[in-house]
Amino acid sequence: MDESLLKSEEKAVLALRALYRKYGYLPFRMSKFEEYELYMRNKDFLVSDRIIAFNDTNGRLLALKPDVTLSIIKSGEDRPGFKQKVYYNENVYRVSESTRQYKEILQAGLECIGDIDLYDIYEVTALAAESLSLISEAFVLEISHLGLLSAAFDKICPDKAFADKALRFISEKNLHDLRELCRQHGIGERQCSMLEVFVTAYGEREKVMAALDAAWAHDLGAGTEEGPFEELRALSRLLDALPFSDRIRFDFSVVNNMNYYNGFVFKGFLEGISGGILAGGQYDKMMARMERSSGAVGFAIYLDLLEQLRQERSEYDVDVLLVYDSSTASEAVAEKVRELVAAGRTVTAQRMIPEKPRYKELLDLRSEGAPE
Amino acid sequence: MICAARVHRNEKGKERGWRDVSFAGEKRNQEGDRRAMLNIALPKGRLGERVYAMFEAAGYECPAIKENSRKLIFENEVKGLRYFWVKPSDVSIYVERGAADMGVAGKDILLEYEPDVYELLDLGLGKCRMAVAGPKDFYDDGSRTLRVATKFTNIASGYYGGIGRDIDVIKLNGSIEIAPILGLSDVIVDIVETGSTLKENNLEVKTEILPISARLIANKAAFKFKTGRIESIAEGLRRQLAF
Repeated sequence: MDESLLKSEEKAVLALRALYRKYGYLPFRMSKFEEYELYMRNKDFLVSDRIIAFNDTNGRLLALKPDVTLSIIKSGEDRPGFKQKVYYNENVYRVSESTRQYKEILQAGLECIGDIDLYDIYEVTALAAESLSLISEAFVLEISHLGLLSAAFDKICPDKAFADKALRFISEKNLHDLRELCRQHGIGERQCSMLEVFVTAYGEREKVMAALDAAWAHDLGAGTEEGPFEELRALSRLLDALPFSDRIRFDFSVVNNMNYYNGFVFKGFLEGISGGILAGGQYDKMMARMERSSGAVGFAIYLDLLEQLRQERSEYDVDVLLVYDSSTASEAVAEKVRELVAAGRTVTAQRMIPEKPRYKELLDLRSEGAPE
Repeated sequence: MICAARVHRNEKGKERGWRDVSFAGEKRNQEGDRRAMLNIALPKGRLGERVYAMFEAAGYECPAIKENSRKLIFENEVKGLRYFWVKPSDVSIYVERGAADMGVAGKDILLEYEPDVYELLDLGLGKCRMAVAGPKDFYDDGSRTLRVATKFTNIASGYYGGIGRDIDVIKLNGSIEIAPILGLSDVIVDIVETGSTLKENNLEVKTEILPISARLIANKAAFKFKTGRIESIAEGLRRQLAF
């Protein structure tokens, strides 16, 4: 098969499927439709709460899936020691943030749900990075830890309004407004600087860990072998062995909804694409909301964004434009087309030259000839 | 009868110019010009000129920008910089969508449109206030829905939502001050600089919502791949704020 004929999204799907199968992830197939109520109960979890709903023939209210993860959570069961490892590539239907209209989006991803441990978190993080590396060499995967941020906010100022604003400023790398927020809440300079480190320390993992240890001294277990700092360090050590380890960085501006996500969260970027193309993390809180006792970690890749990388357009639709008329024998047209295709050229047989021709070569089989 | 086939070469004559995603094992296509240059969106007008002066003082000059012309895009190829003037309210769009790697936008615009960008620095320029203003004799006793005219519907809704006040937001695009005079609204939510326009229209500031100033913003993905250059510029601008 000539892979050059495939669209970028299609190539990515093939490459990602092969990768996930290597690590024992099985395909998760589902209907395009899902009970509308599932999304209504968890609409804050969705990127957009606008859903295409319709009544089935029996009156049930269904929706065109805006999300895949909720369907996967719904389908599983909790058993000690058991892990469900699945991958998917599915179309989802959401309102585009830019056009405010519904859009079909091709999404790929994987989920590891069950009795998960540090190895599983490492495996999913490594697969997220490898997924990006299969699409482009110029990628960055950034990791944050919501459990650490949450513990830090509790320690400095256990006020939800403060935490919400501080999280937003950290996500914006907005040091000036974070400082002002601390001032408004009467937080001292020392404690403010303990929060500032989540804005100022980013990039190389070892460098970030050193900055965190320095800012937090022994608070929250910094510099010791327990607590969320150690979780970051342990994951980092496992990631050290990967060939593209330097492209996996710590950055606390990666945030997700704290009502659903906990622990590690991550986001992937490709050079040339204006926003994140991959997002994921641990969503144990989401599991609990859906009455599941297991843990979960996974990610999604928004393959529709790959369109942004195709900026140079082909100058030609076809190598050869073959023109014939009623005096041309069909056998002659068929033979010429076969000959050209066999020579590896693309050809279109037409009765007239299109208004805006995009061909390299014109082959005119008309008896009267074409006007120049 | 078939006549001899006539063959015409199309003059464009190049091979298919397909830039594609560089899957492992495939030849990686050349980086586009857009990716090599650092693209900076500046707000057209007096604020933009003051902002450019800061970039210039930080060592990121582009002399062509000072030439009197109607051009909107200016390059310093040696330093790999491309500046462009855009409508102030559009700067965040250019940056969020990646057409600009960084830019300067007012805090009012950032709060109103909430673009997904990094806000790296408060430049301290273009200082003003977002405020609720109304006729001098107006008093909100809370007995009925408050009618609020504004360009900044998101900021107004957020502010009144935060204090639990039920409002009817009236979106206007200009001349906001006349809305209470003509009875279209009870109050307005708008930017106040000196307060003279309010005074001339017999209005006064009722409540200050928040201070506004120009902010240095950056595209999140560009920040990952042009980290050093964006950090250097931010640092060069930050140093000027210290004086």
